[in-house]
Amino acid sequence: MFTHIRPAVVTLLLFTVLIGIIYPLAVTGVAQLALPKQANGSMIERDGKVLGSALIGQNFVTDKYFHGRPSATSAPDPKDDTKTIDAPYNAANSSGSNLGPISKKLLERVKGDADALKGESGLATVPADSVTTSASGLDPHISPAFAKAQAGRIAKARNLPEDRVRGLIAELTEHVAFGLVGEERVNVLLLNLALDRLTST
Amino acid sequence: MSLNGWVLIALVFLAVLVVARPIGIYAARVLNGERTPLTPVLGPIETGLYCLAGVDPAREQTWRAYTLAMLVFSAAGFLLLYAILRLQAFLPLNPQGFGGVAPDLAFNTSLSFVTNTNWQAYGGETTMSHFVQMAGLTLHNFLSAATGIALAAAVTRAFARSGSGTLGNFWADLTRVTLYVLLPLSLIVALMFVTLGVPQTLVGAIDATTLEGAKQTLSIGPVASQEAIKMLGTNGGGFFNANSAHPFENPDAWANLLQIWAMLVVSAALPFMFGEMVGNERQGHTLLWAMGLLLIAGVGIVYWAETRGNPLLTALGVDPASGNMEGKEVRFGQAMTAMFVAVTTGLSCGAVNAMHNSLTPLGGLVPLFLIQLGEILPGGVGSGLYGILVMAILTVFIAGLMVGRTPEYLGKKIEAREMKLAMLAVLILPLAILGFTAVAAVLPSALASLANAGPRGLTELLYAYSSAAGNNGSAFAGLNANTPWFNTTLGIAMLLGRFAYVVPVMAIAGSLAAKTKVAPSTGTFPTTGPLFIGLLVGVIVILGGLQYFPALALGPIVEHFLMLDGKSF
Repeated sequence: MFTHIRPAVVTLLLFTVLIGIIYPLAVTGVAQLALPKQANGSMIERDGKVLGSALIGQNFVTDKYFHGRPSATSAPDPKDDTKTIDAPYNAANSSGSNLGPISKKLLERVKGDADALKGESGLATVPADSVTTSASGLDPHISPAFAKAQAGRIAKARNLPEDRVRGLIAELTEHVAFGLVGEERVNVLLLNLALDRLTST
Repeated sequence: MSLNGWVLIALVFLAVLVVARPIGIYAARVLNGERTPLTPVLGPIETGLYCLAGVDPAREQTWRAYTLAMLVFSAAGFLLLYAILRLQAFLPLNPQGFGGVAPDLAFNTSLSFVTNTNWQAYGGETTMSHFVQMAGLTLHNFLSAATGIALAAAVTRAFARSGSGTLGNFWADLTRVTLYVLLPLSLIVALMFVTLGVPQTLVGAIDATTLEGAKQTLSIGPVASQEAIKMLGTNGGGFFNANSAHPFENPDAWANLLQIWAMLVVSAALPFMFGEMVGNERQGHTLLWAMGLLLIAGVGIVYWAETRGNPLLTALGVDPASGNMEGKEVRFGQAMTAMFVAVTTGLSCGAVNAMHNSLTPLGGLVPLFLIQLGEILPGGVGSGLYGILVMAILTVFIAGLMVGRTPEYLGKKIEAREMKLAMLAVLILPLAILGFTAVAAVLPSALASLANAGPRGLTELLYAYSSAAGNNGSAFAGLNANTPWFNTTLGIAMLLGRFAYVVPVMAIAGSLAAKTKVAPSTGTFPTTGPLFIGLLVGVIVILGGLQYFPALALGPIVEHFLMLDGKSF
């Protein structure tokens, strides 16, 4: 057994340097030089201020912006750090709801959200992504159907014809590549940015 | 389900096979110590390493010495990782100022990464510094994978050789696999991930101000370099809590395809390596067929169950057209989410791009059962190959009993000693899984950790111990596993699943290597072709079913009928 200790320790330490330190730093170096935008999180800036990442969803709550999917992320309670409070789209603590399909909590939450969206949009059935939380709690996308369900509210809040809002959704809808890869989807942050540009011009 | 979804699933499998074969043949050459195109660059590093470590790569080891070397290396890795986790606060590259990791969590995490489980009782972005992610976790993603491949190579040599007392040199196998196979592949895949949007920076977090004026803090770090080996080495331990569902780990549908491909490619290469090393490619193809058929069935069931949606939500006025979307991301689509779910558990990867705890009952049954089958479809890198070889030995034994002949596999007689050891290995998993689950199910402090009431609560426990003992690492998350009870018992389950399994397997290898090869005769039962594939699949499914069906009936199966009946908990 003792004959194995030297190779074990030396191999471990040398690989710690080569793989644990040199390998990630080498990838960091190449990535920062060749692909700085992606390597730094695909951030979006406006007037020199960081607005967020094109990849990470955000919590929009006002009527004049499109809302993302419900998010199950949480944050430590500022009053008692052994407890947590709801903090949708907390990009420092990703998580899903982890509620199973026959969970009463899930059904109550979905019923509340579905009734609210039905009331606002006049729809009889709501798109699944509009009332379900994503796996990460940070899903940046919604389905075009969920975006369209919000078009009326946005048009009213921004005093725009609803057709313009729907046109914008169609313009920003990302399609299934080659009919196979991905889903029809709209990036909420990019859509809201485009909405601001539409109103300011 | 859609035709397009199935076409994409078929294309991904095809893309894996096309690359797996050359990688398998290349790995066989690397493990034989042959010269490769990378030798001019990596050869000097390899020789330097042997020199400092005092290793003679040409000196072969018996099964006992090989196994002991592996155990000592794993123990050293465990101790170093435990120390790094406990001392995190004093180590560099800690931009968010995280403190040391608690003893029970450090114990669990170290075992988890050394055993290639990568179970995460912690959230990466809220617990681990960049130094720990790199020098601790990324390192062990490489080394635990390389250890698995080394063991698989040793077991393969037992079938390839005749009358041999040795199985190769552990240090040489470990070093060669890490340098020549895993490192180059990881470099390429890491840079592909960055191109697709996965961050790679030493910054800890970025503050943003949203269009509505709210603050959002975005955790970030050296994600791509870890993501590459996390998938290639079937480790599955994510940089972030949400793992491959987090947009920084898996930014779009293309990155998701690359993840599935990377997670399959090395494991699928190993049956080709096996065929190459034993000098009969068809033997490798047969194993791969059996693995592939069961895996495709798994993908199909998840895809079918998840696209049907949740009838309880449909009753509330939710459109079932896009399927069950709770715990799923919009960008991947149901087909590639289903494929990911089945593949990550058919392998011992355990990365997740959807929250398994929110899958429909039957959609969640599949990953659970695939883990319980022993993760041999095609399994973790290395562990999957030696796992299916144990199943192949059982199959020739059962077939031998039916026709009344001495069972042989690749010209090696399978006798009482090998069968006893094979049974010992096969019984370790159910003992760890069902034993710990049974105890936890009556322990009030363990039950306090459950996230869901009703049958899903039992499934959470069953899944946790299956995942730990199977060295998978995925979870029915929501179960609060960061408690002393779970950290300790899950740690022990991981230990049993990896080492108590592989020691008997290595003993079988030692015993088979020493036997002389018998030339095939007309009475030899062929171990290639559809008949053997059918028998092998049958043995795997029947054995798994007998062991786990009662427990599954009380969890996902009863939940399925409750769901159809409109009951909730």
